[in-house]
Amino acid sequence: MSKLFPVTVTVNGQKYSREVEARMLLSDFLRHELGLMGTHVGCEHGICGACTIIFDGEAVRSCLMFAVQANGHNIRTVESLGTPDNLHPLQESFTEKHALQCGFCTPGFLMTLTPFLEQNPRPTEEQVREAIDGNICRCTGYEKIIEATLDASKKMSSGK
Amino acid sequence: MKPVRFDYFAPSSTEEALDTLAELGYNGKVLAGGQSLIAAMNFRMARPAALVDLNNIPELAYIKPTADGGLAIGTMTRVSQVEKNPEVAKRYPLLAEVSKFIAHPQIRARGTFGGAIAHADPAGQLPSIAVVMNMELVILGKGRERRVLAPDLIVGPFMTVIEPDEMLAQVVLSPLPPKTGSKYIQVSRQKGGYAQAAVSSVVTLDDKGNCKNVRLVFMAVGEVPILSQKAAEILVGNPPSVEAYKEVAEAAMDEIDPATDLHGTADYRRNLVRVLTVRCLDEAFERAKRGG
Repeated sequence: MSKLFPVTVTVNGQKYSREVEARMLLSDFLRHELGLMGTHVGCEHGICGACTIIFDGEAVRSCLMFAVQANGHNIRTVESLGTPDNLHPLQESFTEKHALQCGFCTPGFLMTLTPFLEQNPRPTEEQVREAIDGNICRCTGYEKIIEATLDASKKMSSGK
Repeated sequence: MKPVRFDYFAPSSTEEALDTLAELGYNGKVLAGGQSLIAAMNFRMARPAALVDLNNIPELAYIKPTADGGLAIGTMTRVSQVEKNPEVAKRYPLLAEVSKFIAHPQIRARGTFGGAIAHADPAGQLPSIAVVMNMELVILGKGRERRVLAPDLIVGPFMTVIEPDEMLAQVVLSPLPPKTGSKYIQVSRQKGGYAQAAVSSVVTLDDKGNCKNVRLVFMAVGEVPILSQKAAEILVGNPPSVEAYKEVAEAAMDEIDPATDLHGTADYRRNLVRVLTVRCLDEAFERAKRGG
């Protein structure tokens, strides 16, 4: 039996305590230990961006962190956004503007764009393109995602 | 796609980290931002027996001015913090310029300035920038400290003179002289992707407008960042001109040693260096003329 390390972490406002092996990736911890399956796992080497989460306010790759490193930290996953009946403005715009097809990459895009829009409430198209350069989408061709993000930024900054 | 088992240490001070590294010796490996190391561990290309995680040591993350007008950057400062720091952008525009090319925003939010240099990836931007800016690295071991200039740090692909029981603690940037210009230029298949070749340069003009000093570095076209010797021979003491840049670019063909891989052929990379060298020097000297 290998050594276990205690982890206490706040995810989407809720505190969780678990014991994990040092080698457990944060992405696997969220999915398999906490049952938060919204965080998707694509490439597991930092290329695709599907596993992006918000760690202490910054969008990061959860596949390039160990769960043990999250001890004492604050995490937000896609589950922290809206519900099917009450979508977050970004989710609403993604739906309206057809910014997703298969949806596999979507949680990563949403977790990348949430802190981005908080820090840049009215971004230019160029800034949106830069913000998502670390997220791969094989369905949409990105144009719809950019459109949806700009649409959401309008909604959010007008207080709707 | 999961790492092998390893032991894990999370010291809360530099001293404790150095003690742990000294105890572990060859079994220990420093974990900084992990944006390269954890990916390599996921692939099981890297199998360290134990990690010494520096992320719980706040004293290793800072950007502060030095007495001589330069900057000292703590090894655990995130790349995004360097990228967004107004003092860095003002004093070292090259660092602000290159940051946008380093992987992706999410990687820069976690990856560290010192970790990227110590990782010494031949395709990594920051090791080559460390060489072109002649950064000074403060390396700590238990009860000892030494300082190494970047060109002496990197001895091979992913290999540095940092011993297993040592760690990079601080990166020191000296102030740039007046009339200094710089430029980073790369070609890659997509934004944030590996550069097929990159060239960076820091140049200084004298009062007459002649080249006083030039540092030119080629990246991803050899096992380490390559500091051009020919550039100084050809340019120093002379007025900068496109003809001279072309001469440097031709001379560079004997200085670089590109490989063929899935990102591009050796011939293609040679051609890139030929073209990028001229563009890089041209822009760096133009910026120097405008005052940096």
